Amino acid sequence: MLRIPCPWCGERDEIEFRYRGDATRVRPAPDAGLDAFVDYVYERDNPYGWHLEWWLHVGGCRRLLKVVRHTVTHEIRAVSGPQEDPELPPP
Amino acid sequence: MSPEPIPSPSGSPAPVRSSGRYSLWRLLAEGLRGQQGWRPAWRKPHPRPAYQVVIVGGGGHGLATAFYLAHEFGIRDVAVIERGPLGLGNVGRNTTIVRSNYFQPPNIRFYEYSLKLWEGLEHTLNFNAMVSQRGTLNLFHTEAQRDLFTRRANQMRLLGVDAVAVDRDEVRRLVPLADLDNGRYPVLGGFLQPRGGTVRHDAVAWGYARAASNLGVDIIEHCEVTGIRRDGGRVTGVETTRGFIGAETVCLAVAGSSSRLAAQAGLKLPIESHVLQAFVSEALKPVLDVVLTYGAGHFYVSQSDKGGLVFGGAIDGYNTYGQRGALPMAEEVTAAAVTLLPALARVKVLRQWGGVMDMSMDGSPIISHTPLAGLILNGGWCYGGFKAIPAGGMCTAHLIARDTPHPVAAHLDLERFAAGRTIDERGVGPFPYLH
Repeated sequence: MLRIPCPWCGERDEIEFRYRGDATRVRPAPDAGLDAFVDYVYERDNPYGWHLEWWLHVGGCRRLLKVVRHTVTHEIRAVSGPQEDPELPPP
Repeated sequence: MSPEPIPSPSGSPAPVRSSGRYSLWRLLAEGLRGQQGWRPAWRKPHPRPAYQVVIVGGGGHGLATAFYLAHEFGIRDVAVIERGPLGLGNVGRNTTIVRSNYFQPPNIRFYEYSLKLWEGLEHTLNFNAMVSQRGTLNLFHTEAQRDLFTRRANQMRLLGVDAVAVDRDEVRRLVPLADLDNGRYPVLGGFLQPRGGTVRHDAVAWGYARAASNLGVDIIEHCEVTGIRRDGGRVTGVETTRGFIGAETVCLAVAGSSSRLAAQAGLKLPIESHVLQAFVSEALKPVLDVVLTYGAGHFYVSQSDKGGLVFGGAIDGYNTYGQRGALPMAEEVTAAAVTLLPALARVKVLRQWGGVMDMSMDGSPIISHTPLAGLILNGGWCYGGFKAIPAGGMCTAHLIARDTPHPVAAHLDLERFAAGRTIDERGVGPFPYLH
């Protein structure tokens, strides 16, 4: 069971949240070309280690959060609002 | 337009040295000789400096690929490299179900081809894999769901695959344990694929390993790949914990870790790694004759020959490489189990484990060339990898040997994402955690 410290609601169980995937992907400019969009929509780093990801607090404040979580130990290192860019620790 | 028929595999048996063949006669003879004549099922060779084909991953798909390369395509200069011992990855972590009840025609064709190979597998390998075609029964709980299942069953029948509509009385007869009158999700009926069923998963790994080894394939355990060596745009071999092994072709069959291996070759894949849990209950007298799936939640169950109920549900739902599951999904799966089969409420769960899946962006697998010449990818199996082992092995071997895709797997290439012809069985879009 993950315990995610929501900046607005405090630490809550993962069942209050919905996972929304890799938060490092940034939508390219409309004229960036096919390869850039294929990369944005489909390609993933899928890291073995620290992962920046979106979680939606559906059972709480209903805000999108950015979470830095380790994909092997599941340790959560940082949680922020959607506008911020939490730093990824070295692998 | 009449649909193209799904090819029937030849299924000719693999040669086995007479001293290694399993038979009733052999069992009797060894009984009289004090069981001294048995040999290990596969050789334990040291890696040679180079092979024509190196397959990374000694799981179901890697071993099946090696076997079909040697048996169907005559390529025997092959090594299978496995990080640990054989059979401890996903080939031994699934719920052993085989079926071909899909909706998308390319999926039906591919998985039906696999089911046909399963039907002849024991004859081909001279190995008892306990292939049990006990039928897979999918229940529906609303009229809309009935229509959806009818559409899927009709699609299957158009392609010559067995699918039978089953009414409530027949469901009651097939699964007396099921509560059909649940107040919230009553069972209205089901669809049965009579040829679906289960296969003993460990025996699949052992059977393919033994048959491939007999054909000259080197199976090298405890040998981890640490790098993929390239020369220009071409693969030249793999760096391993037991030294460099050269190869004309390197095949990755490491579902769960495909992204990590591909990264060593400088590639990024349309894959996320997720964990799927499975559970086994304490052993019971025979209570469930079919593979049963619940339609109002994600839950599927069958009874093993040892008597334990083997069941599972959906992935935990967030990226992970941890081969373990968390309690929220365990709770959801067991809640579904008790809703559908209330008699199980007091049955104890004995074991639980997790396997790491390659969840692809469209929920369909990948058997493909890659941008690096000589590197073949077999991965992206999501949670359908076990049932696909024979077809996955055959089609990957075909791609390696002939350099062109097998007719039932041509749609499984990596190019499909950029080309906009993804095969999204559930229709949820490029979100691996939702497939």
